[in-house]
Amino acid sequence: MDLENQKRVLDLSEKYGKENVVVILGTSEAESAGLTAETVTAGDPTYAGPLAGVSLGLGVYHMFELKDQVDANVYDEQCGMMEMVLDVDAIIKEVSSIREQYSKY
Amino acid sequence: MLQDKKVIIIGDRDGIPAPAIEECLKTTGAEIVFAATECFV
Repeated sequence: MDLENQKRVLDLSEKYGKENVVVILGTSEAESAGLTAETVTAGDPTYAGPLAGVSLGLGVYHMFELKDQVDANVYDEQCGMMEMVLDVDAIIKEVSSIREQYSKY
Repeated sequence: MLQDKKVIIIGDRDGIPAPAIEECLKTTGAEIVFAATECFV
């Protein structure tokens, strides 16, 4: 995860309270989805950014997991094509696994 | 689930970019406080 974005996530979770912040991902692969989810829950696994050693425990979901929460027409328009070409099951499995292990909220 | 939550969007240029996620979330009652599109390649 981009180091500047790590800083923003850290600042915003302190500003609004970790229990009030949710991170939504649009990552294209299970591996990058897992790394990003891990960064905002357990801390930066690469130990490169501001979230290294910082376990925020934020709620984190991939956009594909929220299909039932949003307007169906808007979802189809914005995410429908990527849903067809990406490995949705693998991405959801990875993000939900990280969430179950490290999310506190 | 997202009602009254502060949402941070981390989009992906090769996946779902942040503006597309923003459009989807507009209908949920969530407040988007930050949105960025990364390139993971």
